[in-house]
Amino acid sequence: MSDNTLNVQQQSGAVQTTGHAWDGDLQEYNNPLPRWWLWCFYGTVVFSILYWFIYPSWPVGQTWLKGFGTVSYTIADKATGKEQEREHRWNTRALLLEDLGDAANNKQRRDMLAKVQAAGYDQIVKDPKMMEFVRSVGKGLFGDNCAACHGRGGQGAKGMYPNLTDDDWLWGGSMDQIHETLVRGRNGFMPAFGQVLKPEQLDDVAEYVLTLSNEAKPSEASERGKEIFHGQTGGCYYCHGADAKGVQSQGAANLTDKIWAIADVDPKKTLQDNKSAVKDFVAKGVNNTRVMPAWKDRLSPTDIKLLAIYVRQLGGAK
Amino acid sequence: MRHEHIETNSALMLLLILVVISIGGLVEIVPLFYINETIEKVDGVRPYTPLEIRGRDIYVREGCYLCHSQMIRPFRDEWLRYGHYSLAAESQYDHPFQWGSKRTGPDLARVGGKYSNQWQVQHLRAPRSVVPQSIMPNYPWLLDHDLDYSDVAGRMRALRATGVPYSLTQQEYDANIKKFGKDAADQLDINQAQDSLLKQARDKNFDGIPSRVTEMEALVAYLQVLGTMVDFTKYDEGYFAKFR
Repeated sequence: MSDNTLNVQQQSGAVQTTGHAWDGDLQEYNNPLPRWWLWCFYGTVVFSILYWFIYPSWPVGQTWLKGFGTVSYTIADKATGKEQEREHRWNTRALLLEDLGDAANNKQRRDMLAKVQAAGYDQIVKDPKMMEFVRSVGKGLFGDNCAACHGRGGQGAKGMYPNLTDDDWLWGGSMDQIHETLVRGRNGFMPAFGQVLKPEQLDDVAEYVLTLSNEAKPSEASERGKEIFHGQTGGCYYCHGADAKGVQSQGAANLTDKIWAIADVDPKKTLQDNKSAVKDFVAKGVNNTRVMPAWKDRLSPTDIKLLAIYVRQLGGAK
Repeated sequence: MRHEHIETNSALMLLLILVVISIGGLVEIVPLFYINETIEKVDGVRPYTPLEIRGRDIYVREGCYLCHSQMIRPFRDEWLRYGHYSLAAESQYDHPFQWGSKRTGPDLARVGGKYSNQWQVQHLRAPRSVVPQSIMPNYPWLLDHDLDYSDVAGRMRALRATGVPYSLTQQEYDANIKKFGKDAADQLDINQAQDSLLKQARDKNFDGIPSRVTEMEALVAYLQVLGTMVDFTKYDEGYFAKFR
């Protein structure tokens, strides 16, 4: 390395190079680190050591350094049910419990939940403040748990999942009945009549069923259908009732209103189309295709209570 | 060793880079294998039944994990939406685990039992017929394809090699009875794999088609068991915090 490749700084010895020359004369300065940067670096080293002591850090044998940091949270004790303040070493799970228990809006929420839990259905419905709470919390619960089948607004899906916004309840619209539906789930059933009845009998029954809700005018055929419906041949009245208004303990539909849960009956369509829709349905029946899951293991009793009220007010009270 | 020596010897540099970047991973991962409390001690978690294994295979085949995670984190919002945060114990028999890393769709860690079988079938076939705003693709072929379960025993044997307690010998079978109960032990027995797969399909009829065992059957069976094995009402919440 000849002297004329050295620059001024090097010649004066102020800054060293890395000592390596590429292509004969290409060199790299080896400047010292800026002092402020160096001190920041030392600072982070000190900080990391403090950090190890406060938070869980190094593995040691079959356990780990758990840190001195703590989290305190309020929780209802499993055994006694009483709320108690607990302290736990810092970790994300304890932090969650703190978050669930103490945050200001959670406190409000928890108090309100306790109030709802203690109150009966009648009391809640009469209390505007509690109802406001039911509507806001219920909306979230419904959206998460129910909307997948019943739709975001509870409108259902024809033929598959019942509409909850009308006042027509397959399994009953009282608070207790809705509660039961949520807790235990439901499994709608109707026997398939395709083998039991002859095609012309199915036609007659379909025609009769349509007269019940004034979708069709009474005729000879509907009179024959009436006999099948109310006689031993069809026995439809077992579940749909002698008045055809449905027996809610069986989940049997009210056939006298114009609300059609499964068969695609529409006043705008021709009588023939409507008839074949009813006929198809009576022939096939319902078997394990209209299942409402049981929610008692998934939702808390309070959640179920909130949902029962929320669903009830979607469809008008009964 | 001089720095110049490393810089001019690329194989050596590659080796040293690998050593350095491995340290970060190893320090974080390896201790989990010998720390006693990595896996929470809870009752109820059992390996998947043969039908569920096949469903899980289809879950992987269709790439469900690309849009759905199976990992509820211990945050309040996730708690409120999805339920209890996932435990390590709940995926102890998953090889590979399906925690996922992206949620284009919702988390599925606790989807089991949330919807009826019929809904699952309908939703997988045509998601928008039940959730109009959904962007999930249709999976109609799951209903068309019959499930291939001819190699399910081999799949169980492979999982057994990774430490999942499927039983081959009488001794292992007896141990499973003790640990999981008779019904579960029968389903975890490799020797009766195909029979128990067909039995579960017949008994539960997940796809709604009694005469066939479709790929849909297996996938729905798998989805319906997700996150349902641990009964959280049995435990005090503080209990789980002790394991971290």
